[in-house]
Amino acid sequence: MADIVLDHVTKRFPDGTVAVNDANLQVGDGEFVILVGPSGCGKSTCLNMIAGLEDISQGELRIGGRVVNQLAPKDRDIAMVFQNYALYPHMTVRENMAFALKLAKVDRAEIDRKVDEAARLLELTPLLDRKPANLSGGQRQRVAMGRAIVRNPQAFLMDEPLSNLDAKLRVQMRTTVSRLQNQLGTTMVYVTHDQTEAMTLGDRVAVMRTGVIQQVGTPQELYEQPLNLFVAGFIGSPAMNFLPGTLENGQLRTPLGDVTLPAEVRTKVEQAGAGPAVIIGIRPEHFKDAALVGDGKAAGLTFAAAVDVLESLGSDMYAYFHLQGSRATARELEELAADAGAADVPGAGEQIVARLDTASRAREGERLELWFDPRKLHLFNPDNGAHLTL
Amino acid sequence: MTTATRQKSLWAIGNTVVIVVAIVPVLWIASLSFKDPSTITDATFFPRKWTLVNYRGIFDTSLFTRALVNSVGIALIATFLSVVLGSMAAYAIARLRFPGKGLLIGTTLLIAMFPAISLVSPLFNLWRQLGLFDTWPGLIIPYLTFSLPLGIYTLSAFFREIPWDLEKAAQVDGATPFQAFTRVIAPLAAPGMVTTAILVFIFCWNDFVFAISLTSTNASRTVPAAIAFFSGASQFETPVGSIAAAGVVITIPIIIFVFFFQRRIVAGLTSGAVKG
Repeated sequence: MADIVLDHVTKRFPDGTVAVNDANLQVGDGEFVILVGPSGCGKSTCLNMIAGLEDISQGELRIGGRVVNQLAPKDRDIAMVFQNYALYPHMTVRENMAFALKLAKVDRAEIDRKVDEAARLLELTPLLDRKPANLSGGQRQRVAMGRAIVRNPQAFLMDEPLSNLDAKLRVQMRTTVSRLQNQLGTTMVYVTHDQTEAMTLGDRVAVMRTGVIQQVGTPQELYEQPLNLFVAGFIGSPAMNFLPGTLENGQLRTPLGDVTLPAEVRTKVEQAGAGPAVIIGIRPEHFKDAALVGDGKAAGLTFAAAVDVLESLGSDMYAYFHLQGSRATARELEELAADAGAADVPGAGEQIVARLDTASRAREGERLELWFDPRKLHLFNPDNGAHLTL
Repeated sequence: MTTATRQKSLWAIGNTVVIVVAIVPVLWIASLSFKDPSTITDATFFPRKWTLVNYRGIFDTSLFTRALVNSVGIALIATFLSVVLGSMAAYAIARLRFPGKGLLIGTTLLIAMFPAISLVSPLFNLWRQLGLFDTWPGLIIPYLTFSLPLGIYTLSAFFREIPWDLEKAAQVDGATPFQAFTRVIAPLAAPGMVTTAILVFIFCWNDFVFAISLTSTNASRTVPAAIAFFSGASQFETPVGSIAAAGVVITIPIIIFVFFFQRRIVAGLTSGAVKG
């Protein structure tokens, strides 16, 4: 086991595109770190560079304190699980799992012992003599993991290992991966585009956008203190709501009404030197049904809106409503919308979603009084997307 | 009659015509080879008097038996080399980006288009200078030049079908690029290799132009060339029976070859490698 350090790593392709730009990341020994971002953000390239499947254009990569920039994949002692599993179709499950050990010239009895052990761990024992073609998607996925663990490598790299599974299986496998990592205690770098996967699995999560690591932190940190608009919009489901706002004499003018900012927030914003226009971010769960807010209602802002759509999930309710007026615009928001496939949906940007308690009396098509606490607001600079109060 | 059935019957007629045209000459040769020399010209399809005298005749002469050994040896060696070299070259073409790749593919194809007959006289002189005339390598080399482009082309198509991730997986599993090729990629490209092998083998086995021009003795003369040297029992007798028998004998290895490998020429060997 070992730690992995990316020290100012850059990947430039021959045609000039920069896939990864000056990435710095430290993965501690035994840590589970997730690289997450929309497709094309360079996360898989990062992983391939760690594996040695892509050359590093600039910077240093260290595994266990050793610089490995020039080492071939086979000399790095790492195992990788591929998105499409990449099982050897002409070998049985047992042969697939034993392949690496055979190449390493481990003796037969030892190979058998290790394969059997890994198979037991992943419940593959009855399938050992089958070929990959005769396995289901989930089983293939487990074989791919088995192939990685038999080797007892310094680190596991996983490239969207669950993205080819159907939703139910994915949730199941997520816990399997989690349990596996706890049991083995091996350093793991895991790439995904699914923020839910990133939040639930990782010790720490690194959010990437266009080749640049935006923020690295625990899931909670990313959720509560996003450093910029992109991280704020990417992490969380349903996503954070963004509204345009204007600062005037310590008052924040929003499409929902005027808010008096707390003194410490005001000083921070002033220190950041942002212009009067800001982007306001509110998490859906920070809206409350005004009728259910008891004490402290005066500290927040109450406003009325017509509920367009109401989704009841049993545990919560999602109320969607539209706001009149302009929508928040920033490059980061457009990118997020494009990634979510919402860029072409008319009016998607102005839609606000509130996550309400099931006790709420909200009705579809009726007006509802909503309430939020201004202390929970996030304020962003619309020009560079930076968070103004962190 | 509906269009569908008319279409079907037209296809049936067409197919029958093609099959008859292809198979009748083969059967005719087979029939001739079993005829007694005196009844060779009797113009009946079924021999009136069955005999094995033609076969006994050709196997009695070292001209034919020795040529058979040459044919088998030369064709097998050329096929083996062609598949080994061809698969390596094809792999590089399918997987690597290198300057001059287009030119390389173009040139190999150009060589395959070249008429063999135009090369024969320069090769004849060259081979005599180099001491390759009338030797096995003297035939194997030109066979390779003509079969390699074909092999490279067919094989690179097969290699392109194999998911690249398999090779990456092998590399991460600790394989050198050579091990990744021999233990993961090559077994998956086996159908392609077999197809190539059959095509190359048939090409070498059937070749007449090089065989007749670049050989002069039993040391390297192959069967197609040797047949041309068959003589009748007397100068007034044509060796039709012997030629027919030899023709049947040299067809047999091809049939065996194809039947033996037919089952391996199946697509879908890569199923299960990746999701899908």
